[in-house]
Amino acid sequence: MDLLNAFVLFSNFVLVPGVVYGSQLALGALGVTLVYAVLRFSNFAHGDLMAFGTAGVILFTWWLQSMGVSAGPLPTALIALPVGILAAVLMSLLMDRTVYSFYRKQRSAPVVFVIASVGVMFVLNGLTRLIIGPDDQRFADGERFIIRARDFEAWSGLEEGLALRTTQVLTVVVAIIIVIALFRFLNHSRMGKAMRAYSDNEDLALLSGIDPAKVVFWTWVIAAGLATVAGTLYGLDKSFKPFTYFQLLLPIFAAAIVGGIGNPVGAIAGGFVVAFSEVTVTYAYRRVVEYVVPGWEPDGLLQLLSTDYKFAVSFLILVVVLLVRPTGLFRGKVI
Amino acid sequence: MSQPLRIVLLYSAMLAAIAAVGLVQSWPLALSILNLCLISAIMALGVNMQWGYGGLFNVGIMGFAALGGVAGVLVSQAPRPEAWAAGGVGLVSALLSLGVTVVLASYGRKLLPEKLRGIGTVLIIVIGYFVMRRFFYPAVDAIEAQNPAQFGNIGGAGAPIILSWIVGGLFAAGAAWLIAKIALGLRSDYLAIATLGISEIIIAVLKNEDWLTRGVKNVSGLDRPVPYEIDLQRADWFIGWAQSLGMDTVEASTIFVRLCYAALFLGVLVILMWVAERALNSPWGRMMRAIRDNRDAAAAMGKDVTARHIQVFVLGSAVVGVAGAMLTTLDGQFTPGTYNPLRFTFLIWVMVIVGGSGNNWGAVLGGFLIWFTWVQAENWGPMAMEAVTGWMAADSALRAHLLDAAPHMRLFIMGLVLLVTLRFFPRGLVPEQVRR
Repeated sequence: MDLLNAFVLFSNFVLVPGVVYGSQLALGALGVTLVYAVLRFSNFAHGDLMAFGTAGVILFTWWLQSMGVSAGPLPTALIALPVGILAAVLMSLLMDRTVYSFYRKQRSAPVVFVIASVGVMFVLNGLTRLIIGPDDQRFADGERFIIRARDFEAWSGLEEGLALRTTQVLTVVVAIIIVIALFRFLNHSRMGKAMRAYSDNEDLALLSGIDPAKVVFWTWVIAAGLATVAGTLYGLDKSFKPFTYFQLLLPIFAAAIVGGIGNPVGAIAGGFVVAFSEVTVTYAYRRVVEYVVPGWEPDGLLQLLSTDYKFAVSFLILVVVLLVRPTGLFRGKVI
Repeated sequence: MSQPLRIVLLYSAMLAAIAAVGLVQSWPLALSILNLCLISAIMALGVNMQWGYGGLFNVGIMGFAALGGVAGVLVSQAPRPEAWAAGGVGLVSALLSLGVTVVLASYGRKLLPEKLRGIGTVLIIVIGYFVMRRFFYPAVDAIEAQNPAQFGNIGGAGAPIILSWIVGGLFAAGAAWLIAKIALGLRSDYLAIATLGISEIIIAVLKNEDWLTRGVKNVSGLDRPVPYEIDLQRADWFIGWAQSLGMDTVEASTIFVRLCYAALFLGVLVILMWVAERALNSPWGRMMRAIRDNRDAAAAMGKDVTARHIQVFVLGSAVVGVAGAMLTTLDGQFTPGTYNPLRFTFLIWVMVIVGGSGNNWGAVLGGFLIWFTWVQAENWGPMAMEAVTGWMAADSALRAHLLDAAPHMRLFIMGLVLLVTLRFFPRGLVPEQVRR
């Protein structure tokens, strides 16, 4: 019984949040990794692209809510998602046309692209704050819980309850659907194959008649779509704040690199590695231990690191991967 | 236009702009802008060493500046023996065990047999971590319990704060060396990501480790290298001097203090500029440019590319650290909560790119120009927005929102300035000169 209690407690605070956060990071890292694979630079503007797309979703959600439209038990933001994606896609294409395409023609060094992406990051950051303001915004509605902690306790007779929020389940379901769709696209569609070919060997791909403009176009469409979905899911699950999204850049990069940058499977694995490391390292195990080892009352919280240091976890993972296996878990490109 | 003429013209225009603020708005304001311009110029100089000479992309400038600020606290705050008595032994033991762990782990990786290497290193680190915790947390609790409302930290060395400018440089250099050891030698993107991470971690540490810098409770009332206004206003010689100039004593004292700061900062800038120019025009500078422009060729000529990269990365970060310490000195307080990557990292980047990367005169000019614009845009943004939205109804919600949001125009405009310069004037206002 105590072991079951411990497991429920652990699931509630580590397992479920880890899976949810991991899915969000995986979607973000997929976007970064795709841009890296095709356009060959680390896109520093990805976090702010997430924020921009999500801001679009939020504004449209508010409008829908004011019109009395809702998705029943699901958050209204799901209906607004396509609008946000469209905004992010248009913005990405605009940025590509005005900024990146010039350096592509010049065949500039990757670091120039990175600096340009920093400029884009600034612009998007300013725009997002201009549109929706720098503050926290909550836009989740509909049914809050699928399983409430108290109901679970009553049903199972355990001391610990397991709560499952709608947004958590939604995140995982949406992430699975998107990932399946993305892999079907990459592996089976003509455009997906062209993208992979272009990423593997640009010259050879051009030689075999692949249109680079189309490849770049679809890369931005997918990256912006993934960014908006990831941002919206994160915002529904926690809350939306432009600065937090900028800070998500670090765990997202960490996830992409751990998995092997440029490798989509790696990005997903990396997302979960980073998420679980963050959650397990910053969780206070005191109560779990009290269940598992009866009669032992630890003095401290049994927390390895305070939650304020979650950035340190991403960074540490990065460093370890770099030292031990620079190409990442799934053999991405070396950066 | 020849380069010297261009420099003279641009610098005079810049000084004229600051003087105009003095005439139109007020002289204390103009001097406070000038002081921050000087500090920004030094930061830009540091970044220019890394990017302009070395071609290294560092987006962790905020972290190095903050480390300089820590030096300000640790050097100048009065020593607090009671805190050391309470937790000093534990703290030193924690640091020692950390050091031993690092040494053991790095030797372990070399000496252990192939099969045991990974697991052995992890084991050493895990054990070392728990040993460290054993000393660290009781010590920290003891220190933070000492007079927490006022202090609750270990205090400093009680030395003049001006020394912290050197110490801040050393702190930043040390951190830079560690990062460089790990991240340099790989592709440029990696350094960017690593420095971004480390700067966020440095700020997280400073916000949370109250025993060191009081965390978000801030350290205020730091020592000053210049006289206090209130003392000046009471000194007979100063009152006489102000009267002979026909100025109000209070305003005169503010101006005098800010001029003192300006003189100190200018001194540092001149020294650094002299060193930087000498270095750039020496064989070392030529070697750095050669490595930047074609690292393979430079390596083929027998230059140790990675070692030179580490060197220039450490030097540039040290300069940023010096500037960070100067900033804390000017503020008279250390507030970890105010460090923001947009203001402390990316704004400095805009300075270097706009000024002219690879050219020290350009970087310094960029520092002046961009800081000036940044500060003045605080007024211009809302003013412009006011004009743009003037036709709307006074109680319109959109207008209120736009006016509220106007300060964020700065970010947008700075991004635009960076992108436009990078695209159309990639060599900046004062381009790098290549001597044949």
